[in-house]
Amino acid sequence: MYTTRYVIGFILILTASVAVGLTGLREATKNKAAQNEDIFNKRAILSAVENYLPDGKKVSGLADEEVSRIFAQMQQPVLDMQGDTITGVQAEDIDMAKERKKPEPDRRLPLYIYEHNGEKFYILSVRGNGLWDEIWGNIALKSDGNTIAGAAFDHRGETPGLGAEIKDNPAFSEQFQGKKIFDDGAYVSVDVVKPGGTKTEHTVDGISGATVTGDGVAEMLYRGIKYYQPFLEEIRQSSGTQGLLVK
Amino acid sequence: MAETAVKEKEPLFQFGKKERQLITDPLNDNNPITVQVLGICSALAVTSLVYPSFVMAIAVVFVTGFSSLFTSLLRNYIPKQVRMIVQLVIIATLVTVVELTLKYLNYPIYKQLSVYIGLIITNCIVMGRLEAFAMANKPWRSFLDGIGNGLGYGAILIVVGIIREVFGKGSLFAGSPIEMKIIGPTADYFINTADSVWFGWYANNNLMVLPAAAMFIIGILIWVQRSYNTKLVDVS
Repeated sequence: MYTTRYVIGFILILTASVAVGLTGLREATKNKAAQNEDIFNKRAILSAVENYLPDGKKVSGLADEEVSRIFAQMQQPVLDMQGDTITGVQAEDIDMAKERKKPEPDRRLPLYIYEHNGEKFYILSVRGNGLWDEIWGNIALKSDGNTIAGAAFDHRGETPGLGAEIKDNPAFSEQFQGKKIFDDGAYVSVDVVKPGGTKTEHTVDGISGATVTGDGVAEMLYRGIKYYQPFLEEIRQSSGTQGLLVK
Repeated sequence: MAETAVKEKEPLFQFGKKERQLITDPLNDNNPITVQVLGICSALAVTSLVYPSFVMAIAVVFVTGFSSLFTSLLRNYIPKQVRMIVQLVIIATLVTVVELTLKYLNYPIYKQLSVYIGLIITNCIVMGRLEAFAMANKPWRSFLDGIGNGLGYGAILIVVGIIREVFGKGSLFAGSPIEMKIIGPTADYFINTADSVWFGWYANNNLMVLPAAAMFIIGILIWVQRSYNTKLVDVS
């Protein structure tokens, strides 16, 4: 048997040396890891405009530097719930998970204005609940503030093969291209419906076996895009006048 | 006294029959998954694609190998009352090293494996080998034993991953630089089911994407293994 003093001494020395070693390793890798995470999130946003990237590339084909460069060139205003721009903050600094915990009137909305061959795209971020956990997405609208140019979704814990298809199956998010969120000036968003029904400009087919996740996506879009409505109305009124600037 | 003088000093890094067995045994006769039935949780969870399975396998080989090595080096100094805590500290340290390294080298795969990297700590294979082998054997052999068990685990992971990915998604190594598209309804795939005469009926099996499929596949692997390796069959 070992004495208590030996045991305590052994544990103290072991944990102390482990702690020092791991802290050192973490400090050494911290910057690169944070940068990787940043690029990862930016790629997720860019996948909403996957079809409109420079040189016809796909998001996975972009180098890290290109992703950073695209973001450096983008206008990144942050809106409040009234549609006014909040100064002194960039869209990429907004953490949607934190915003969602705030009461609705206090939320800040990140907006990315992406330009490709002179055409403007407004990328909106939305967040909601799936079946098991949070889901989120980025929706790119064309310059009319009405037509969806592309959408990309992600999730934390949806079932693989069912709900997780919103991310894994590109066919799901591709359906959103060309859909419209306003109907004759009235806000309707895009609904996720049972496959096989009549196709309209405001519905996409859901995934069999993932009804709740599909409803979650529809709900998330309805609420999330509605937050941007004051801003979208403004674009719609001045659409046609090209080169609209955010105040 | 004379005996000890005659006895040859064992070289530090011997690699004879016994050492080779330490590596090969866990691959078949003593496989951690199919024979000892350890580490099932992560084997079900991460094997829907080959590439994450492969990364997970490397991570586990690293953790089992080095935790066995360090535990064995310290085995004469570890107080028996707290040996499990000491083993856990060693395992947790190595797992954190893996986690930080993955974040540094390949963030998307770190995201994909998410909690399962952290859960290597609770993988019974790791601690089982420390208790059963590393606490009583010399460092070099313990290291080989750890590597062997990690490889035994990893081999099953990759086999299950290949089966699940090919039949579930029609691809192989998706997400990695050497992604291959095997069978599917567009022209990118090696076998294009949309215009193939032979495979027009084929559709991906959605069950394969679910963790439950891994359970069946591991069950079938156990069956196959036992039908040619009859000494594993439990007759009791």
